[in-house]
This record gives sequence, structure tokens and C-alpha cells, in this order.
Amino acid sequence: MILEGPVVKFGDKIDTDIIIPARHLKYTDPQYLAQHAMEPLDPEFYKKASKGVIIVAGKVFGMGSSREQAAIALKAAGVKAIVAESFARIFYRNCINNGLPVIVLPKAREEIEEGSNVRINVETGEIDVDSKRLVGKGITGMALEILRAGGIMEYLNKIK
Amino acid sequence: MPQSLTEKILSKAAGKDVSPGDVVEVKTDIVAFHDLTGYHVIEVMEKANMEKVFDKGKIVVAFDHLAPPPDIRSAEIQGIIRNFVKKMNLPNFHDINFGILHELLLERYALPGQVIVAADSHTTTSGATGAFAQGMGASDIAAAVVTGKTWLVVPQSFKVTLRGKPAKWITGKDVALELLGKFKADYFNGMSIEVYVENPITFPMDYRATTSNMGIEMNADALMFIPDQETANYIKSMRGYEPQMIYPDKAANYVDEYTIELDKMEPLVAAPYSVDNVKTVSEVEGIPVDQVYIGSCTNGRLSDFEIASKILKGKRVKARTIAIPASYEMFKKSMELGYIETLVNAGAIVTYGTCGPCLGGHFGVAGPGETIVSTSSRNFRGRMGSTDAKVYLSGPSVAAMSALEGKITYPRD
Repeated sequence: MILEGPVVKFGDKIDTDIIIPARHLKYTDPQYLAQHAMEPLDPEFYKKASKGVIIVAGKVFGMGSSREQAAIALKAAGVKAIVAESFARIFYRNCINNGLPVIVLPKAREEIEEGSNVRINVETGEIDVDSKRLVGKGITGMALEILRAGGIMEYLNKIK
Repeated sequence: MPQSLTEKILSKAAGKDVSPGDVVEVKTDIVAFHDLTGYHVIEVMEKANMEKVFDKGKIVVAFDHLAPPPDIRSAEIQGIIRNFVKKMNLPNFHDINFGILHELLLERYALPGQVIVAADSHTTTSGATGAFAQGMGASDIAAAVVTGKTWLVVPQSFKVTLRGKPAKWITGKDVALELLGKFKADYFNGMSIEVYVENPITFPMDYRATTSNMGIEMNADALMFIPDQETANYIKSMRGYEPQMIYPDKAANYVDEYTIELDKMEPLVAAPYSVDNVKTVSEVEGIPVDQVYIGSCTNGRLSDFEIASKILKGKRVKARTIAIPASYEMFKKSMELGYIETLVNAGAIVTYGTCGPCLGGHFGVAGPGETIVSTSSRNFRGRMGSTDAKVYLSGPSVAAMSALEGKITYPRD
């Protein structure tokens, strides 16, 4: 799986109340959720992301609430993958289950600039940016199978 | 190999000896969800054509986030779940008049040595009983509801020792904030915290539940109290039976250890907009407060209202105050002990069993520019309402004193 796109950067500890505020959790429709992704930080995020972007962020990205809408909202808004220094466990699983690739890369924010174009190999974790190659933690095993199927429901339907 | 409590529980649940880093499939003893995630869980099950439950008696459902329904969609969501509960004939269903899921798990279901998963991050609360309890998203919980299993990465274990008798006004919240302030929100990512209380009776189940509850704010996989006499006493008093105990091996391998001297602590707060932005009360004393919230799955238990009543007895609050015992049981006992009367006479608004204010849902949403002191667990930007509101997290004593004075106040006698 190869993904490519321009980088949008965020800081440390981006929590799920930022990614999708609780007032939007009574719905699961991806298009609705996309319009409210990252609303408290940037109400226009979905416009910026609509052309397809890669998020690069700091530590424990997605911390806080278990709301699966956080992964759904980002993916539907146009986020192709997230590269972060670390992820919160629940959010990481939610991303895999919804077909959104997540790559752990220590020092991600130091190594990758806002707006630069990155090319990610999801399996190997290789990230090509500005003529350098960085290596993060790729996705393998069942998680990769789920991602390839497009999410956990698609995966379960496929193996049945 | 000697095992930590985490390794012991997960080995039992996996049916083989496990070590940190192993990816294992484990059996789940309890699978739970509430209204705001429950309809999503059901939706996933329907879409995947897997509408069945692995064991009716092991599913727990509670209405709390949208209780009582603040709008039509919330009522509709609860209706969807009621239909599912009826269709599947689930006995452990708690409608809007029971309380918050995590409090109900603590009071009625959680046991030492269990694996508990629920579609809510604060599932770590049940770790107070010595269960390995963690939150997951709707899809993972849907799979667990159907199969009675889940997969996880075995975490490394970290040991915290609580020494001495808590200093005046010190409760479980201060221990959680101490760990967050010292280690920050990312340190325990991929770890399970096991808390050993040297003198069990000085740190009761209420306090333990608060500390375990905030394990998720530390990004820990679980925050468990090693079962002891207090664990057994609590379960006996709530349910009438003695639990089977489970302990870590004496030579268990911990990645690191940390000791907290309870008698030397002073009350702490987490300032906006991060749970690990921890300060002593003196550092923020005097900041004017618009609203105080005492409640939630973090601090909505008897000892919280006992402390608040002690401070507010015969007085009037200067800040708007909302008090919400986490369950029917906690409300009823608070009523019998006179705490509800004291709080109402002091000018507080009291109800029970809703998560409303904590997540900026209803029953006291924070307005633009407002400052809130809250005993709940999160002060993220926009968490309790407006993006411009500022939330200071504290234990019940600082919250009640701040309500009384209308500004952040150190709890003095």
C-alpha cells in the first residue's frame, strides 16, 4: 500500500474531543462527521483536507475518548494516513478498523515539514520526504489485512 | 516466570503464558456499552451481518451519556438500543434511572482477575477491583459482543506503591494528578499500572475508582489496584459475597516502580487544556469560577459528596454548582446521609446518573469564556462545551471550596 500527499502538521496530545467534539457523536455518517473534523482547532480543516492530506503529529495522537467517529471523521475529510510520534491505543485500533493507515515515527515533527510531499509505504513504514527516507513502524499481520479490506466490517464480510 | 497481575490475568484469559509485547487473543468476562456508543456498536453488528451475542449474561448495557435524553435524536438512540436489548433478551440492562456505566460495573459486576472491555475509554475504572479493564471503539466492542473475545498487545507492567495515610483532603484524584504531573500523558502508553496500597483501609474503593478512572488520561492500557482486604470488603458490602482473589507473583517483573507518600501530598489541579498540566492549588488560587461540577464516573461517589457536604454545610455557594452522584445507589445513600439536603440547601442543582456536563452534552454546558472547576476527568479544549471555556480538574474538596468562594480556593478548615 503506497500513499502520497501533502503534510498538515499538528502538535502533541491531539485529543479526540478536538478531532470530533462530542456534540457530533449522535451520528456516524462519514460526510457529516468530515465537516466537523478538527473543528475546535480549525473549522475549515475539511476544506483543507479534501484534496487528500497526510497528518503529521506529535505524541499520543488521538488520546481520550473511545469515539470511533474520530477515525471516521478524519478519513472522510480526506486524511489518507497519519504519521505520529505515538498514538493512543484506542484511536490506533479505531483507525485500523476503519481503514485509515497509522504509522508511528519517533521525531516525526522534527523530520517532516508542513506542506512537504510525503510518500508512505504502509507495510514497511518507509516514508520518503524531500529526498530523504525515514523509517517508521509499518503495519503487518491481521491489521494489514483489515486495512487492505478497507476496514473491520469489510474484512469480516470478506472472510465469512 | 513470575508474573505481574496484568500478565497473570491475561495468561488466564489467553489460555497460555503471555509476555509483554505478545499479541494475544483473550476471552472477555464482561463486554459493555452505553447509549452514545451502543447504537454505533449495534450498527456495526448489523452492517457486518453478525447480530448475535456470545453470552447474554456477560453483556452490560447502561444509559448515561444521553440520560435523560436532552433531544429527540438522543431519545431515538436509546430507543434503538432498547429494541436491541429486547430482541437479544439481555438481562443486564440499565435504563436512564440506574446510573453511569462505570459506576454500575464497579458496584455490580467487576471482579478481581477479570478481563473487561467496554465501548468507553473510562472502562479503566473497573481496574479498581483488580480487573484488567480497558475501553475500545465501537467496532472492537461489536466483535467482542459477538465472539466473547478480543485481541490485544500484552503491556509492560509498572508498579505504583501508595504509602502512608492520605493527608487531609487528599483523595484518589490527587494520586491520579500526581502521576499525570510527574510522568505526563504519554509515559504510560503501552503499559499497565498496578497499584499496591500498603495500608488498604486508608485508601478506600471510592478513591481507587477515581485513580483507575484516570488511567486512560495517562494513556495506560489499564490501571489496576492489586486486590486486598478493601477490595474484598467492598464487593462483600455491595453484593453480599466474597470475591475470589488474585495477586501478582512476589518476584514479578515491573518495568519500573514509583512510590507516592500519601501523607505528604497537597491537593492538586489540572489546568487548561491538558490533563497533565498539573499544578498545586496555591498556584491557581483566586481565579474566579463561574461553575463547579461535582460528579461523573471519576468523582461521583459517596465520599465525594461526603467531602462536599462537610465543606458546604450551612453555607451558600457563590458559583453555580451542579452535583451528580454517579448512580441511583450513590444518590440514595447520599440522601440517607443528608448530603443531598446539604447540597441543595447550599444552592446546588442535584440529579443523578448522567454524564451530561463532563462531555459538554447537557445539564450544564460551559459557555464561551467561562471558567469551570470540575471533578470529572478531562479539561481538553471544548470538552465541557465552548472551545473558549477553561476547565480546572480537581478532587471534591477543591471543587466544593471553590464553589463556596466563587474562585479557586485551597480547602482549609
